Amino acid sequence: MPISFTVNGEERSVDVDPDTPLLWVLRDELRLTGTKFGCGIAQCGACTVHLDGMTRRSCVTPISMAEGSDITTIEGLEGPEADAVQAAWRAIDVPQCGYCQSGQIMTATSLLQQIASPSDEDIDNAMAGNICRCATYVRIRQAIHDAARTLEG
Amino acid sequence: MTRFSLSVAMTLALAAPLAAQDLRMPADFENIENETERSAALFEEMGKVLTHPRCLNCHPKDSPTQGDDMHPHEPPVIRGDADFGAPGMNCTTCHSSENFETTGVGGIESIPGHEPWSLAPVEMAWVDLSLGEICAQLKDPERNGGRSLEELHEHMAEDGLVGWGWEPGAGRTPAPGSQDMFGELTRAWIDTGAACPS
Ligand code: FES
Ligand code: FES
Repeated sequence: MPISFTVNGEERSVDVDPDTPLLWVLRDELRLTGTKFGCGIAQCGACTVHLDGMTRRSCVTPISMAEGSDITTIEGLEGPEADAVQAAWRAIDVPQCGYCQSGQIMTATSLLQQIASPSDEDIDNAMAGNICRCATYVRIRQAIHDAARTLEG
Repeated sequence: MTRFSLSVAMTLALAAPLAAQDLRMPADFENIENETERSAALFEEMGKVLTHPRCLNCHPKDSPTQGDDMHPHEPPVIRGDADFGAPGMNCTTCHSSENFETTGVGGIESIPGHEPWSLAPVEMAWVDLSLGEICAQLKDPERNGGRSLEELHEHMAEDGLVGWGWEPGAGRTPAPGSQDMFGELTRAWIDTGAACPS
C-alpha cells in the first residue's frame, strides 16, 4: 500500500515496507541526500528532519508514521529562522567536515522557531542530541546567538 | 561501521538484561488473616512492578534514565515544562507511537514508543523513595494526578503507557507479571483498605 506525505511542500508517495525508516526513503527513494546517516539508533542527530514542524530523527521513524504528514528536509528548509541560521553559519564558518551540519541546522532552526532568544542552556538542551565529531559546538552556539540577534532586528 | 557511528556506539553503556520476574496473585495472600497486613503485603507485591526499571526510568525527579541498569538517558534530555523534553529536543524527536526495531548498530535493539510518550509529572517521581513513601504518594490526590483510588486502579489496569512496561520492545526486560495481574493486585490492595507497608 502506498504511503503518502509531503516533502518540502511536494506531494510524495512511496510503496515500501511500512517499517522502512524515513531516512532510507528520503535518501534512497527520493534522492534527498542532504539528510545524513550517522548511527541509525537515535544517538547522533545527523538524520534530523522536521515532521509536522517538530524535530524528528528520521533513522528511527517508520515510514508508516509519515502517512499524511508534512516533512521538511535541509533541502527545503525556509523561513526567517532558517535564513538567519544559514547566514550566521556562513558568517563564522561553523562547519568543519560538514557531515553533521544538516542535522545541526534542522535542530537550531526548530529551536529558534520556538524560542526567539535562547539562553546557553536552551541551546545546550536542544542541541544535546546532535553530535559533531569535529567538535564545532562552540561555533554552533555562537551562530545560534548571532541568528537570534539578526531575527530581533 | 563508520568511524562516526563507532564513536557513537562507544558512548553507550551496555548492560545485561534482567531476568523476567513473575508476580504472585491476590489468592497467594489469603493466608494473611489481618486485613491491613494483607493489604500492605499486596502493595509490596505491586512494588515489584512500581520499582522496576521499566516504570522507574520514566518516574524520575528530573531527567529520565534508561535501560535495565537505569543509566542516564543518552542522548542527554531534560524534563522540560510539559514533561516532554526541551524545545527542539522533545520526547517525540526520537520516540514514535510504537516501539521501533532499529537496523542500526551499537547495542540498541529498539527505540521504545507509545502514543502518548512523556515523563510522569514530577509530583509522581518515585526514584529514591521507599516503597512506603511511594504508597503514600500514590494515594495522595495532590501527588497522583488528582486520582481517586478507583481511578488509580483504572490507571494501573488499563492505561496504555503503563501497559507499555510489559511490552517494552527488543532489548528491554518487561515489568514482572502482566498488566492484568498488576490490575488484580491493585484491586485486591484497594479492597483490603489500601494499606501501606511501613
Ligand atoms: S542517524 Fe539518526 S540519530 Fe544518528
Ligand atoms: S562538522 Fe564534522 S561532524 Fe560536525
